[in-house]
Amino acid sequence: MEKYYSKEFECMPRDQIRELQSRRLVTQVRFVWDNVPYYRRKMEEQGVTPDDIRGIDDITRLPFLKKDDLRDSYPDGLRGVPVKDVVRIHSTSGTTGKRVVAYYTRDDIDLWDTCVARALCAADISDEDVVQVCYGYGLFTGGLGLHGGAEKLGCMVLPMSSGSTDRQLQFMEDLKSTVLCCTPSYAAYLAETINEKGLRDRIRLRRGIFGAEAWSEDMRASIEHDLGIKAHDIYGLTELSGPGVAYECSVQHGMHINEDHFYAEIIDPDTCEPLPLGSKGELVITSLTKKGFPLLRYRTRDICILSADKCACGRTFVKMSRPMGRSDDMLIVKGVNVFPSQIETVLIQQGYAANYQIIVDRVNNSDTLDVLIEMNAENFSDSLSKITAKEKALVAELKSMLGIYANVHLVAPKSITRSEGKAVRIIDKRKI
Amino acid sequence: MKVRQISVFLENRSGQLAHICRIIADAGINMKALNIAETSDYGVLRLITNKPAKTVEVLSNDGLVCSKTDVVAISVPNVPGGLSKVLDIIAGKDISIEYMYSMLGNDAEQNAIMVFQTGEDEKVFSKAGLHVLTADDLGIYEA
Repeated sequence: MEKYYSKEFECMPRDQIRELQSRRLVTQVRFVWDNVPYYRRKMEEQGVTPDDIRGIDDITRLPFLKKDDLRDSYPDGLRGVPVKDVVRIHSTSGTTGKRVVAYYTRDDIDLWDTCVARALCAADISDEDVVQVCYGYGLFTGGLGLHGGAEKLGCMVLPMSSGSTDRQLQFMEDLKSTVLCCTPSYAAYLAETINEKGLRDRIRLRRGIFGAEAWSEDMRASIEHDLGIKAHDIYGLTELSGPGVAYECSVQHGMHINEDHFYAEIIDPDTCEPLPLGSKGELVITSLTKKGFPLLRYRTRDICILSADKCACGRTFVKMSRPMGRSDDMLIVKGVNVFPSQIETVLIQQGYAANYQIIVDRVNNSDTLDVLIEMNAENFSDSLSKITAKEKALVAELKSMLGIYANVHLVAPKSITRSEGKAVRIIDKRKI
Repeated sequence: MKVRQISVFLENRSGQLAHICRIIADAGINMKALNIAETSDYGVLRLITNKPAKTVEVLSNDGLVCSKTDVVAISVPNVPGGLSKVLDIIAGKDISIEYMYSMLGNDAEQNAIMVFQTGEDEKVFSKAGLHVLTADDLGIYEA
């Protein structure tokens, strides 16, 4: 039996969904026009007013929002409500030094929790379940996002946060966790550890909700086999709330987009022209109901395919495929967004040449980030302790900028491979 | 003239040291001392040659990162306890040694040469009664 959290929406006939989206878009555009001067200016530049938006089909007349807009409007240029109506923020990395700060009203949190609760329900999770959340809690949306949804559904939630594998396993065994929420790579790591320690018979896991990074069907199969669970994908991004923008149903083939709250388009990333359903392109999402951070036509940079084919689960929400890549140079390492430009910013601040190479790999199911940096006269000294002190400062700055640890390797000048005169900046060795 | 040391960034890659020595050899430069301090990823090669300016020039032209530092060369009697006495004097002055290494001298039978980096001026050492060697003493005549 398929379970639904909000069946009237999740299984709403397509024409009614479009009608609902039309109504919500008209209201939302008016709200943004009145409350977000930054976006209003963009609309004015494009010669569009709220009067031009009479339904969902008019959405293509609206300007796009890009990651650069989030940087330019930092810290609160896209906030839709006064601070007194904001109850929380979350934050993710920006393309350079400035982070993206997303604002949430009480209603925003509530609708986000609803979206996550739908995702859990679709994975056959109920208030009988014990949900262990091993996503990081804090600025990252993973922890509090899954937490809110699971609590809303009435599950017993273990707010573990990330790391401390031994403690994770202790709670998993003693409190009989039935659901695991974390990144797929951490799930694979836990699976391996559980089997190595011979704990498989003592754990009660039956479902997993894994997101925040790319994974494959092969990886799903091996996690499902190793833990004896069904593993479900979940999609989202901080700019739009967090996990729960889209979720997998029992069919486990594509993620249903919560279309009553998010309108999805696919565009050609080069021409920005909208592409028909079924085309591979960049996912653009409009937040139809969020007020704290109401983004219209946000370019996610994730490349995927949308499908409105009838789903065996009964849901009518369109499905998105797993993201197949990026239309920018962002990397996702250990679930954290990493932009090469962030690394460049730190290098320049620390007096190193902006000539570097990033090597990402996955060792024992865990992502590794190595950065090769060319030594230069400014940072060189006859004293090893002075060089290592500068290197330590660099590592600390990178950690602070990226939010994750990078292994720094100082190499000889001009030793970084160049192809056709252009440096090869990123080598991603992960086979996902 | 003070004794000038050339430091070179040495990436931890096989053939790196050989490459540097080849450049120096091809330029007709003679090495008088060599020392390496290393981490797992890289090392710092410290050299004293008979032509310090020329050494920096040829190494820089090859794209290597190098720097010049003044160091203090002290003659140490080649007898048991020779170095021990020198170090006692240095310690007595409360001077910390950042690094030190030995160097080839002309009268190795009688005296060894130790090179020190302490951050202190060489006058401190001569005033303490140590035999500080000049570039001339070491046969380094290049400015």
